[in-house]
Amino acid sequence: MLYREAGDFKTSYAKDNQTFPIRFDRWGYFALLAVAFLVVPFVINDYWASAVLLPFLIYSIAALGLNILTGYCGQVSLGTGGFMAVGAYSCYKLMTAFPEVSIVIHVLLAGGITAGVGLLFGLPSLRIKGFYLAVATLAAQFFLVWLFNKVGWFYNYSASGQISSAPRSVLGFEVTGPTASAAAKYLICLSFVVVMAWLARNLTRGSYGRKWMAIRDMDIAAEIIGVNPLAAKLSAFAVSSFFVGVSGALFFSVYLGAVEVGEVFGIQKSFLVLFMIIIGGLGSILGSFAGAAFIVLLPVFLKNVLVGSFGWATDLAAHLEIMTLGGLIMMFLILEPHGLAQYWRTTKEKLRLWPFPH
Amino acid sequence: MKFKILAAAAAAMMAAAPALADLTVPALNYRTGPYAPSGIPYADGFSDYMTLLNERDGGVGGEKINVVECETGYNTEKGVECYEQTKGQGALLYIPQSTGITYQLIPKASADQIPIWSVAYGRTSAVNGEVFEWVFNMPVTYWDGASVAVKYAMEQEGGSLDGKKIALVYHNSAYGKEPIRTLEALAEKHNFELTLLPVDHPGQEQKSQWLQIRREKPDYVFMWGWGVMNSVAIQEAANIRYPMDHFIGVWWSGSEADVVPAGEGADGYKALTFHGVGTDFPALQEIKSQVIDAGKNAGDGSKFGEVGYNRGVFTAAVVAEAIKTAQEATGNAEITAADMRDALENLEISDARFEELGLGGFAPAIQTSCAVHSSPRLAAVQQWNAADKTWTVLTDYMEPDFEVVDPLIEEDSMAYAQEAGIEPRTCE
Repeated sequence: MLYREAGDFKTSYAKDNQTFPIRFDRWGYFALLAVAFLVVPFVINDYWASAVLLPFLIYSIAALGLNILTGYCGQVSLGTGGFMAVGAYSCYKLMTAFPEVSIVIHVLLAGGITAGVGLLFGLPSLRIKGFYLAVATLAAQFFLVWLFNKVGWFYNYSASGQISSAPRSVLGFEVTGPTASAAAKYLICLSFVVVMAWLARNLTRGSYGRKWMAIRDMDIAAEIIGVNPLAAKLSAFAVSSFFVGVSGALFFSVYLGAVEVGEVFGIQKSFLVLFMIIIGGLGSILGSFAGAAFIVLLPVFLKNVLVGSFGWATDLAAHLEIMTLGGLIMMFLILEPHGLAQYWRTTKEKLRLWPFPH
Repeated sequence: MKFKILAAAAAAMMAAAPALADLTVPALNYRTGPYAPSGIPYADGFSDYMTLLNERDGGVGGEKINVVECETGYNTEKGVECYEQTKGQGALLYIPQSTGITYQLIPKASADQIPIWSVAYGRTSAVNGEVFEWVFNMPVTYWDGASVAVKYAMEQEGGSLDGKKIALVYHNSAYGKEPIRTLEALAEKHNFELTLLPVDHPGQEQKSQWLQIRREKPDYVFMWGWGVMNSVAIQEAANIRYPMDHFIGVWWSGSEADVVPAGEGADGYKALTFHGVGTDFPALQEIKSQVIDAGKNAGDGSKFGEVGYNRGVFTAAVVAEAIKTAQEATGNAEITAADMRDALENLEISDARFEELGLGGFAPAIQTSCAVHSSPRLAAVQQWNAADKTWTVLTDYMEPDFEVVDPLIEEDSMAYAQEAGIEPRTCE
């Protein structure tokens, strides 16, 4: 219906292998980026930034990371909350130790530190898989939260145990701290998301991605054809933890500003990100975004409709939110186990063929 | 098409203009989640008192008070969302009902210039009004409470805690960690041994902490708990047959929801308090007749008279007084958040005024100032009688050891000022 593919042919292999081979998709992608970078910052307000867009962007990065590990490489991980905490605390320690260095460097370094920690906790994956690996990563989750609560060095011995991010600027605009504008916070997160998504896409469609997917599909056969399982699994853990660490660092410094590890990075965070990729679609970049959007936006939307428009009691609305989210998760998984990304793929195929059924 | 209508509806109500004529007080309550047993009575009390004012007096100064409830579930992210959503609606002040959310909102609200009233929770160093211009911590703080608890224990032990053991069972969050520094300073001063026993959120797993208490047999156990942690702790204490009259909880660990589940085992449990108990006050009786019996109550009316409910009433009464003070100071009925801040800083509620409000003897008089954002910094000890199912206030309102607490407040607030880059203002 929307796709006009006549005359859209490729004359080089590079053009044939690009991420968006169909012209309409490519233009749509660039239009979306243009709106996101050039239009939204001027219309955004504090509420949209802090309740809707920032959580969506930051969770998308975390979902991308977990999707690389679980969706592409097949290693189930319940340690996402703990790794986000590593990202947040490393960012905090770097920010307080080197206040003159740019926050962008700190976030990337925090991701690097988290990659190292993830590598360490990924070592059990060489011996155990599936459900048992989930338990090993669960240990990582609880251990890291305990560590950040217990060892005072991580929160600079503050009496409350909280870490808070001081104001930092990028290109003259404050992006962290209470006086940062909604547009600045949004743009820095959006920039990170675009770069990380580009990185994820290119890693997953390159040789690393193929190795990960080979391990996921049948690891013994993969080993036989020459995929080094040690390198593949550990690189999946490292790359995934890099993404999750960047997400955690942004979560702390830009979005929340002050964090208490037990409450914010608990086991429920790990489950939340896992649900995002399951609903969105395992092994799909778009799926990470779709899942993050679903899980972040639906409760806010329901709350605004039920309490704001209908004027229902807040506790009734909160209970209904949980029930509706759970019900929709069950419904999606029954109707389409491959997630929202599969819905999109099917829709796109139909749109390309319309009005023909096949 | 349906999606477009839904999207348009969503956009419309997100951009909806607020009702500007009312005095808007956002209520960041939690009626769901593991802290609901503690949060519901307070939420009911607060809303019911405001409803009484609207019904009986037509609001304050002729303007009705609009309480905007927002469910946070004691969760920081939802607290931030509630704050961002309601701040544009002309919010006069924020009462976050959570130490964690308060810490989160202090820099934001200071930047947005909306006062925060932390009703006897964190952040204690906000007492220093020179650093925390927009944050208030009436009527008493955690550090004061810790000092009063130690003072009471000392009185019970005949004047000296030398060589005694005190254990602190605390919620492993910023809230529970608040009294630690003060207790450590007091432990040095009075030569008692302090044991710290953290309990992780939500607080249902406490067996190991109470086994340790059974082994070590401390002379006193102090508790800084909230939500289900309180009731589980009291049940565990009853299970190990710890002498309940040596078990003292902070004011947030002393409500009906905490003691009723343990039944007879909770008999004799003590807690701190900063206001009166029971329903024998004219204002509460009016709430019963004009709000609850008239069917205009916020909850289901069953929490009436509970400690948490009375706390909500206290908070609402003081907020209404502050609004009235602001209206008198500015001369018009529609005040702004900045006017509210000035009123909170110059708040004076005498015993006679409490009497006029129908709350005579409910709480000690309040008098804040520019440099001291907490008043009167007094706490009393109440005890639970499981047979009658009532609380009895055992002592008069006691002062904390200001010599210990005030230097700590100064130190912590200056550290915050340095970290956040705040220049402390000078108060005349």
